[in-house]
Amino acid sequence: MQKNIYLDYAATTPVDKEVLREMLPYFGEKFGNAMSIHSFGQEALQAVDEARGKIATFFNATPSEIIFTSGATESNNITIKGVLKSYYSKPKNAKIKPHIITSAIEHHCILDSCKAVEQEKLAEISYIKPGKDGVVKISDINNAIKTNTILISVMYVNNEIGTVQPIEKIGKLVKKINAQKKETDFKILFHTDATQAINYCDCDTKKIGVDLLSMSAHKIYGPKGVGILYVKKGTAIKKIQDGGDQEYKMRAGTHNVPGIVGAGKAIELVQKNGQKDAKKIQFLRDYLIEKVLREIPHTMLNGSKIKRSPNNANFTFRDVEGEGLLLSLDMEGVAGSTGSACSSGALSPSHVLMAIGLKAEQAHGSLRLTLGKYTTKQEINTAVQKLKTVVVRLRKISGSVLEDYYSNK
Amino acid sequence: MQYSKKVLEHFTRPHNQGALKNASGVGMVGNPVCGDLMKIYIKVKKDKKKGDIISDIKFETLGCASAIATSSMVTDLAKGKTVEDAMKITRNDVADALDGLPPIKMHCSNLADEALHEAIKDYRNSLIKN
Repeated sequence: MQKNIYLDYAATTPVDKEVLREMLPYFGEKFGNAMSIHSFGQEALQAVDEARGKIATFFNATPSEIIFTSGATESNNITIKGVLKSYYSKPKNAKIKPHIITSAIEHHCILDSCKAVEQEKLAEISYIKPGKDGVVKISDINNAIKTNTILISVMYVNNEIGTVQPIEKIGKLVKKINAQKKETDFKILFHTDATQAINYCDCDTKKIGVDLLSMSAHKIYGPKGVGILYVKKGTAIKKIQDGGDQEYKMRAGTHNVPGIVGAGKAIELVQKNGQKDAKKIQFLRDYLIEKVLREIPHTMLNGSKIKRSPNNANFTFRDVEGEGLLLSLDMEGVAGSTGSACSSGALSPSHVLMAIGLKAEQAHGSLRLTLGKYTTKQEINTAVQKLKTVVVRLRKISGSVLEDYYSNK
Repeated sequence: MQYSKKVLEHFTRPHNQGALKNASGVGMVGNPVCGDLMKIYIKVKKDKKKGDIISDIKFETLGCASAIATSSMVTDLAKGKTVEDAMKITRNDVADALDGLPPIKMHCSNLADEALHEAIKDYRNSLIKN
């Protein structure tokens, strides 16, 4: 049987063999709790410290600025809720409701955290819409800033359409505005969810000017269940989970030692091979986009073609619905993803595709294909061939219903 | 979410798929926002003994796997039935015939029987007009 083709690397990645090899001893022989004083504990702590060091190097940070979490979802929750917790810990702030700026195309863990604190009346939130190209405009961020703005959170790379947001520019803007503020004014913190960016973008925290940055290890060929929150020294943030004194008292809970070791190795591999891999992936991705647009009629690419992560392609096929497309492709051995509501159990289609101005049926008809370091040209050729067959079949079934719907209206 | 074997069969090889020329009635339901659009065409023949019989039926559907499978199944269920009996086909009949649907997909079976009923109503309206 032919091997299945995986084109969903933005959902998750396989653990690299080198990463797994480094992790394995920490499940068995080196099982100690990193908080224990004895030799078992010391052995585990040393491994955690080593991983922390590698990650700090990658982010141009100090080890004490790296906090291990369970994933980007937790890192993002700590950011939104922990910054507010710190804000309200100062009695003088109690009367002024703080303001947070985010984008309309964030991952649900940011959007839903924002909605939660909004509902609890802890903060007012501005959701900045991107342009049609899926990129947030600096001027829109600038215009949204108010005297009570305490946090700006914008993702580095969008998970659905792969568009790269102007993080460095926002960092500079925040720095400029903070410099103009008086000692007693609220300073703005800048956070980026860099989950989809680690493999491909510059994550030097000094250069991009962030105070907080989130990521997940499983998107970079590391294990699931480990995340990182970079917290710049002196950032006004408080823990949101009570318990032990782990992670500089920022995140309670026994260290996931094998996971942390894996995250450290995974980052090390990105640092070593990331640029080379990205080049190869971008070449194949460009080949994929060009081939699909050329060989399948009535197809469009969603999101900017230029300001785009090297591994992401997101198409809309007219007269096709995404869930059926995905299922058919899977039967043919090709794994992708869609913004159709029908695939997730949600009632409305992708908030990202709707935010860049797609019609509902265009969002329902979307297909995301994301490449990774193991993708081959042969796989792309096979996938496009299968895709063509499936689109033709589904278009035959839908006939002219969409056209009829609009002409009857 | 797991589809039954029968749903997948009807999704991959739908029955009665296409459009009908000179249909006696056409029903179209759904909207692009929810993602499903369904159109059912029926051909009705008068039978002296049995009454009005759905002699042919076809569908066109833009939608997810269960929307396509329920369209296919409802056409199977209605074919050869009198319009009176076809009007009695419910969403549960469609879902049951497919060995069930995932709970979040039950609205798809709702669309299928609605489309069929709309086609029958369209046929009846055309009789009144003529």
